[in-house]
Amino acid sequence: MAKNIIEVINLKRNFIVGSETVHALRGVSFSISAGEFVTIMGTSGSGKSTLLNLIGCLDTPSEGDYKLDGISIKQMNKDERAMLRNRKIGFVFQSYNLLPKTTAVENVELPLIYNNEVSARERKRKAIESLKAVGLADRLYHKSNQMSGGQQQRVAIARALVNEPVIVLADEATGNLDTRTSFEILSLFQELNQKEGRTIIFVTHNPELASFSSRNIVLRDGLVLEDTVNKNIASAHEALQKLPKLDD
Amino acid sequence: MIKRYVNFSNLFKIALRALSNNKFRGFLTMLGIIIGVASVITMLAIGQGSKRSIQSSLSEMGSNMIFVEPGQGMMGGVRQDASSMQTLKQADYQALLDQSEYLSDITPIVSAAGQAIYGTNNTPTSMSGVNASYLNIRKYTIADGDMFTDQDIKAAAKVCVIGKTVVTNLFTNGEDPVGKVIRFKNIPMRVVGVLTEKGNNSMGQDQDDVILAPYTTVMKRISAINYFNNISASARSEAVSDSAQDEMETILRKSHKLADDADNDFRIRSQKELLTMMTSTSDMMTVLLAAIAAISLLVGGIGIMNIMYVSVTERTREIGLRMSIGARGIDILLQFLIEAILISVTGGVIGVIFGVGVSLLVKFAAGWPIFIQVYTVFLAFAVCTATGIFFGWYPARKASNLDPIEALRYE
Ligand SMILES: Nc1ncnc2c1ncn2[C@@H]1O[C@H](COP(=O)(O)OP(=O)(O)OP(=O)(O)O)[C@@H](O)[C@H]1O
Ligand SMILES: [Mg+2]
Repeated sequence: MAKNIIEVINLKRNFIVGSETVHALRGVSFSISAGEFVTIMGTSGSGKSTLLNLIGCLDTPSEGDYKLDGISIKQMNKDERAMLRNRKIGFVFQSYNLLPKTTAVENVELPLIYNNEVSARERKRKAIESLKAVGLADRLYHKSNQMSGGQQQRVAIARALVNEPVIVLADEATGNLDTRTSFEILSLFQELNQKEGRTIIFVTHNPELASFSSRNIVLRDGLVLEDTVNKNIASAHEALQKLPKLDD
Repeated sequence: MIKRYVNFSNLFKIALRALSNNKFRGFLTMLGIIIGVASVITMLAIGQGSKRSIQSSLSEMGSNMIFVEPGQGMMGGVRQDASSMQTLKQADYQALLDQSEYLSDITPIVSAAGQAIYGTNNTPTSMSGVNASYLNIRKYTIADGDMFTDQDIKAAAKVCVIGKTVVTNLFTNGEDPVGKVIRFKNIPMRVVGVLTEKGNNSMGQDQDDVILAPYTTVMKRISAINYFNNISASARSEAVSDSAQDEMETILRKSHKLADDADNDFRIRSQKELLTMMTSTSDMMTVLLAAIAAISLLVGGIGIMNIMYVSVTERTREIGLRMSIGARGIDILLQFLIEAILISVTGGVIGVIFGVGVSLLVKFAAGWPIFIQVYTVFLAFAVCTATGIFFGWYPARKASNLDPIEALRYE
C-alpha cells in the first residue's frame, strides 16, 4: 500500500454571509495515497471547489484537520501555507490563468521564481522540460494570447508540474474546452498519472470522466455521497481515437 | 520549515516586466514626477545661480570689507538733518589707525561727481578721495604709473589715478595718460597712474569708470568739506571680521564721546551683512520656487498612487495566481512597491536630465547665472524613492492583503 499523502479528517467549512451561515462542507473524511487519480464530482454548489481549495492550502477549515504529506496545515500561518503551495502543490484552473503578454516558458517558470533554491538557469531548464512533457516543445516562446485554449491549458499544466508537486489539483480543467480538446487534456493527465506516477485530484461536472480515473468521490451538500474505486480504467487516448474525426 | 527570504532580483524583474508591458501608461504616470523633479532642479539652479553671482560680485568688490557711514540711517523714513551726515572726521580715521588691532587697511572715502575734461573730450564720472589702502580694500591694482603717495595726501596734491573707462573716454587718440593733466570740476589734476581694468561687476556697474585722488584734495579743493562720506576698511581675515566690527564701534564711540546710553551716530556694515541682505531675497525666492516645485512632485506622487490602484485592480487575478503558486504577502507587496519606486525613480532620472537641460538652456539662451548643486540631484533621487514608497505603499498593501481564492475568482 502506497503511503497516504492526503488525509482529510472530518473537514468542515462554513461561510458567513450576512447573518446566515453557509455550510459548504459539513464533515468530509477520506485519504488519498500516492499515485491515485481521483475525480471529484457533484452538483453545483456541493462543495467541490471549497474542498479543493482546502486541499490546496488556499483556505483553512472551520473545523476538522487536513494533513498533506504528513504535515497538518491547521497550525500553519499564511506564509507557511504559501511556501507549502509553492513546493508541494500544482494548480490547474478552469480559466488557465496565464499571465498575459508573457511567453509559455515565462509562465511555466513562475512557481520557481518564488523558490530561492532554484537558479534562473535551472528555472528555465525545468520550464522547458515541463513544456516538452505536455507536448508544447514547439510553442516555448509563444505568448499566452497567441495560443489556443487547449494549448493554454497545457501551459497551465506544465506550470503546475514544474515544481514537481506532491499533488496536482485541477478544478474543472476541461470546463472551457471542446470535447476533443478535453479528451486530449484528460489523456495528458492520465499519462502523467500512469507514466510518472503523479497524484491527481480532478474536479469535474462531467460524469463521463469518472471512468478514466482510478477513484471517484461524489459530493452532495457538503458531504461525501459516494467513494468508489474504479478497477476498470478507460483510456482517454483510445477514447480520443474513437471520436468522429472533424474534416481533415 | 525553512524560512524563505525575499528574492529582490526576481521581484525587480517582475516589476520591470509589468512596466514594460504598459510603457505608455508608465510614461504618463512618470510625467508628473518628471515635471516635478525638472522644475525643482531648474528652480534651485536659478536660485543658486543668482545667489552665487551676488556673492561673487560682492567678493570681487573687496575682501572682508567693513564700511562706516555717518548718521543713523533713515529712521522711520524721516530724513535726518544734514549735520548728522557729517559725523565722520579726520580724528575718527586717526583713532582707527592708532587703536585698531583687527583692521589691516583703512581709508576714508570722500565722493564727488562731476565732469572730467581733457582737451576737447569730456565725460561725466565720479571721483573718490581715498588713500593708498583703498587699492587693497577694493582689489584694484595699478597698470601704469604709480599710486599717489602719503606725501601727496599730506600736501593735498592735485594728482589722480584713473580707471580704464575714463582713459578711453578722455584719451581718444591713444596717448599715454600718465603725466597728462585733466580737469575735474575745473580743477586741473595730473594723472599719475592708470588702474588695471576690472570690468563690470555682476550687477552691471562699470568698476573702471573712476578717478581716485587723495582724500585731502577732494575735501579741500573740490568739495570744500571737512567730513568723510564713509570710512572703509578690511578686517585682517574673515575669522576676525566680527571682532573687527565690534572694535571699530568701540573706537568710534569713544572718539565721538558718546554716552553709554546714546545711540551710535554712525552705522557699521560689513560685507558679510551686505551679502546676507542681498542674498536673502534670492534665498526666499529659491524656497518659494522649490515649494511650488515640491507641490508638483506631490501631485506626481498622487498620480502614481492612482495608477498603482488601477494596476492592482486590473491584475487581481494575476495576484491570485501568484499567491496560489506560492507568492507570500511580502512578495506581492514588494513587487508592487518596487514597481511604484521604479516609476518614480525613472521619472526622477528623466526629470534630472530634463532639469539640467532646461537649466543649461536658460544659461546659454537667456544668459542667466545658473548653478546646479550636486546635492540637489541626489536629493531629487531620494525624494523620488520616498515618493514611490509613500504613494506605492497603500496600493501594494491592498494587493498583498487580497484573498487568493477571491482574487482568482475576480472578473
Ligand atoms: N466565499 C464564499 N462565501 C460564501 N459562500 C461561499 C463561498 N464560497 C463558496 N460558498 C458557498 O459554498 C457552497 C459550495 O461552493 P463551491 O464553490 O465549493 O461549489 P462547487 O461544488 O464547486 O460548485 P460548482 O460546480 O458550481 O463549481 C455554495 O453554496 C457556495 O455558495
Ligand atoms: Mg466549483
